Amino acid sequence: MKNFLWILACAASAQTIVIQNANVLPVTAPSFKGSVVMENGKIKEMGEKVMVPAGATIVEANGQYLMPGIIDCHSHIAAAAINEGSVSVSSMVGIEDVLNPKDISIYRALAGGVTSANVLHGSANAIGGKCSLIKLRWGENAEKLKFEGAIPSIKFALGENPKRRGNTPGATASNLRYPATRMGVEDVIRQAFNDARIYQAKWKEYREKSAQDASALPPRRDLKLEPLVEVLEGKRHVHAHSYRADEILMLLRVADDYGFKIRTLQHVLEGYKVAKEIAAHGAGASTFSDWWAYKIEAYDAIPHNAAVMVKKGVLVSLNSDSADVIRRLNTEAAKTIKYGGLTEIEALSLITINPAKQLAVDQRVGSIEVGKDADLVLFNKHPLSSYAVAQKVWVDGTLRFDREKDHEERPAKELRKKQLLEQSKQREGQKKNSTPRRTS
Amino acid sequence: MRKLIPLVLFCASVSWTQSSPVLAIRNAKIVTVSGPAIERGTVIVRNGLIQEVSENATVPPDSWVVEGEGLTVYPGLIDALSSAGIPPPSSTPRPPGNSPPPARGPEDRPQTSSWIRAADQIRPDERKISVLRNQGYTSAVTFPTDGILAGQGAIINLAGDSAGQMIVEQRAGQYVSLARSGFSGFPTSLMGSIAYVRQVFLDLDHYQRAKNLYASHPQGLERPAYDRALEGLIDSPRILLPAVSDVEIQRMIHFSKELNRPTVLYGGMEAYSVASELAKEKIPVLVTLKWPEGSRDEDPDAVESLRALEQREKAPSTPSVLAQANVPFAFYSDGVEAPVKNVKRALDAGLSPDQAIRALTLSVAEIYGVADRIGSVEKGKIANLVVTKGDLLAEKPDIRLIVIDGARYEPPPPTSPAKAEATQ
Repeated sequence: MKNFLWILACAASAQTIVIQNANVLPVTAPSFKGSVVMENGKIKEMGEKVMVPAGATIVEANGQYLMPGIIDCHSHIAAAAINEGSVSVSSMVGIEDVLNPKDISIYRALAGGVTSANVLHGSANAIGGKCSLIKLRWGENAEKLKFEGAIPSIKFALGENPKRRGNTPGATASNLRYPATRMGVEDVIRQAFNDARIYQAKWKEYREKSAQDASALPPRRDLKLEPLVEVLEGKRHVHAHSYRADEILMLLRVADDYGFKIRTLQHVLEGYKVAKEIAAHGAGASTFSDWWAYKIEAYDAIPHNAAVMVKKGVLVSLNSDSADVIRRLNTEAAKTIKYGGLTEIEALSLITINPAKQLAVDQRVGSIEVGKDADLVLFNKHPLSSYAVAQKVWVDGTLRFDREKDHEERPAKELRKKQLLEQSKQREGQKKNSTPRRTS
Repeated sequence: MRKLIPLVLFCASVSWTQSSPVLAIRNAKIVTVSGPAIERGTVIVRNGLIQEVSENATVPPDSWVVEGEGLTVYPGLIDALSSAGIPPPSSTPRPPGNSPPPARGPEDRPQTSSWIRAADQIRPDERKISVLRNQGYTSAVTFPTDGILAGQGAIINLAGDSAGQMIVEQRAGQYVSLARSGFSGFPTSLMGSIAYVRQVFLDLDHYQRAKNLYASHPQGLERPAYDRALEGLIDSPRILLPAVSDVEIQRMIHFSKELNRPTVLYGGMEAYSVASELAKEKIPVLVTLKWPEGSRDEDPDAVESLRALEQREKAPSTPSVLAQANVPFAFYSDGVEAPVKNVKRALDAGLSPDQAIRALTLSVAEIYGVADRIGSVEKGKIANLVVTKGDLLAEKPDIRLIVIDGARYEPPPPTSPAKAEATQ
């Protein structure tokens, strides 16, 4: 029976689904009213009129709005740990080791139309841990959450957070941690890459030597330096938490010195001041719509930040950094129309194709295009309206969230819970009766 | 009259009888575990080993004879993960200002004492030894548990004149804990602990290669630095990884494959939902006998999650689900003082009594690779037996005799509340 259900489940994902009479917002192409066909997890066809394959499941959209699944470039959901805060360089740790596929935040993010999220290490370290890009395949195990084939990435952090442990009032020498200043943050990053270069050279030397001498001893593998060598070699992307213009320029200079690129600046609230320099480096910027002033370095912010950077040629996305905001990123995007006058397409790009490009998965996701992954969300209203509520969300052509079904399932869940509570109480009651009385 | 009570207790705790070289238990039911039960047979024990198990063995004339009519002989129970025999760490706090500097990374080998051997820590008078023995346990796999790589476990018999005599196997494996402990120094997170364990085993591979190379021709080679943390791991035949929830079990299955070392998982509460994955990877599971319970101190009206309630309901079904899926599993006490009593929940959830006895005896021995020594009533094995009147898994088992290394021990008489009250 179990096997049969499993086959059935596979069949469901391989099934052909046609969403018809939808207002389709492909983001990379003009909007139209028509249909989208999903087959084997991919978008097979789209247009005002499509061929409906035999046996396809029809979803009648009744004029609702279909857009590509939202992508969050900066999230901390779905992980059993976020910060390895003990050291200033924690590149040996990785979110991929601690993904928690049962975090309810995944389901709630789906309910906001999100289909992919970059789960970042925290910002306690100048060089933090490895990030994990996931698809919100709610119900699958940790390994199946991982966005297969994505280029790996790592978190860096500048400013107040990484230097906080260097000068905590009342701390003793044993729990203070270098650095205590922004200068120190730069030094930590440079020192780490100096070490990485030496490590890289050691391996190069070994490879040359081992070509002649098979018995040569390889260098000790160092899990802290390996990811940094990958950064130097362009095999791992850097997402850098940053706020102030001066520290942003500092990091771009450091990257230039060591010959690697900063893939994205995260938060980047003062990005509007140095947008030209960011664009020149080729870094992307992933910011908030209007969230600031929660600490000193986050004061000099404007709601036009995203729009200004877009207009200066920076690849911009809006992120949540929050299990709450992740549920309404579409509203965040809409704010850039009010502040900065972006077009609808530009605004939607900030939460779809742009983060896809920043995460180097734009060949797979971020827009509705034939051949791309069938990651789609159906909103009841235009997604840039404050009244828009996600109704159905598909990831790889599998329906992972269905508002109607969610409501239908609630009474059964309530009932099950009541039963379990009852059984639990009964057991405790029995135990009380059978426990012998104290005798001494 | 009150004065009598301490006296009674004192007698109970030391009531072991003198050993004679030959012991015969005749006309008893014998639950061999390794084979079918013998309805009426004789077990002969000589010099601490089982000499014969059969329906019609001749009782040697020099035997101490136990008339087994109406009694059942089981192999002695084995606690699959225990701290019996290891005195609890002294609670004297470290003098202030004298604490070691916080670890800066894996190279400082934080929270590691892999070189500690349980076999070197055993105290024959440690309290938990007799607590377990009185319930029918004759052996325990006991581990140092303080740290990420806490030390090498040992399989011990739960009686003996000296610690040395109690050791059945001094290499049971390395106990790994991933829980965060301490407030400063690497690691402070689950992913830090995982990264640390990964780095240590990479270092171990490198260390062994470097040592072998150096041993083959030291002249002209750089000397590999001695590393006690790695030395402690070299002769660990397996690692024990913690995994309670289904997510943790899947995580540790994945990690075990990556480390590519013989692994045993411990915890296993939610193994009921991932049994097929465990079966596929052939990873044995030590199942805790501490079933999840609601907290006693919580607000009784507090809302609990459906997930927590499901776990509480289904955890006891783990053993039967694992048995059905052919996943090797065994029970461990997990700090519970009367673990055998808790087996009943697993029986209620579908585990057969035979499977339960196996998970308390032979399966433990198999998981730790000592099934040729203990775990069943078989010729040539160490004479660890428990003799009961009636079922060992009954709510109040009537244990008549415990045999460890051929020596006889009698459990204290059950303290009945009525009697204790009468003496007051």
